[in-house]
Amino acid sequence: MHELGITQNIVAIVTEHANGMKVQKVVLEIGKLSAIMPDAIKFCFDICSKGTVLEDSILEIIEIPGLAKCSQCGAEIALDKPFGVCSCGSVQLDLITGEELKIKEIEIEEICV
Amino acid sequence: MCVTCGCSDDAEGKITNLQTDEINHHHDHHTHTHTLPDGTVITHTHHHDEAPQIHAKIHGTTISLEQDILAKNNLLAAQNRGWFKGRNILALNLMSSPGAGKTTLLTRTIHDLKQQLPISVIEGDQETTNDAQKIKETGCKVVQINTGTGCHLDASMIERGLQQLNPPLNSVVMIENVGNLVCPALFDLGEYLKVVILSVTEGEDKPLKYPHIFRASEMMILTKVDLLPYVQFDVERCIEYAKQVNPNIQVFQVSAMTGEGLDNWYKWLTAKVGSLSIFLL
Repeated sequence: MHELGITQNIVAIVTEHANGMKVQKVVLEIGKLSAIMPDAIKFCFDICSKGTVLEDSILEIIEIPGLAKCSQCGAEIALDKPFGVCSCGSVQLDLITGEELKIKEIEIEEICV
Repeated sequence: MCVTCGCSDDAEGKITNLQTDEINHHHDHHTHTHTLPDGTVITHTHHHDEAPQIHAKIHGTTISLEQDILAKNNLLAAQNRGWFKGRNILALNLMSSPGAGKTTLLTRTIHDLKQQLPISVIEGDQETTNDAQKIKETGCKVVQINTGTGCHLDASMIERGLQQLNPPLNSVVMIENVGNLVCPALFDLGEYLKVVILSVTEGEDKPLKYPHIFRASEMMILTKVDLLPYVQFDVERCIEYAKQVNPNIQVFQVSAMTGEGLDNWYKWLTAKVGSLSIFLL
């Protein structure tokens, strides 16, 4: 399950940016064509965040739908897998969205003085 | 009710210990999913024991990261790519399911091209040095990387493997990835190109079932074609599926046992090496 390694990366990147502050929320963008299962990330997140500044933080996952442009006729097609056939019959599709694998933003605790 | 998404609090858990009268509230996150009109799905968790007024106040400072999760791997892969280029080395990332015949194809290739191409190998397996031993018998340099529980090689492992392997200048490095048709597709190792290997004993619909790896590869090598009389495998249909997933994929059909089709693969390999001006033949 490669999601475990991916989640460890997420925790490492966020920890680095949090500068020791408690993280309240992590927002991810995961493309539906990225071969990453959000459910598996969620499952791993609780385990990987234990004992880190991310422990008990909220995980929000924005799933980006797949979209491709036909290189023959220029039409844009929605995709639920990383390939498809355009209505013009072409299979030469350039993926526009759906392969994202990104930490969009994090929310860290504000210190009230 | 949750002030964020309006879901009910029924999911909240509360455990009362009748021996101690202790009440433990459920502190787990609860998950909600919202689907936006454009198909975007947002799932988030939050504590259900937060009072609405607290929930509204918990938001802290938002830092926009916009950071690629695989950035670290991709950076190391880029460094590996530069390392290969600087030494005039052609590196191929060979991927397949376990048992597709990667090692057999490799040993045969090394044996047949020994006089023309210096080839060295990085072997990736979860456990054992069995495959590396087989490669070693051909007389070429080989390093075994055991990933343990890991299901794929990554750029960092290759970086360390190359330090051990120390391949000669102007040569070919074959990276035999862990047998797996899913995960290796995601991880750039710094190779010149990815090659997916599929045996005719596996079923012709594999490219449709595991599209990511076929899409990521520039080449598909169909192995064990000597078994075609004994298995139900429609070669044409398999190639059609592979081209449906990846219209630009190149296909070779070979048998490492009988030697059938290997010439085309060897011609491609030596021509590729030539085009990279690796060898001054």
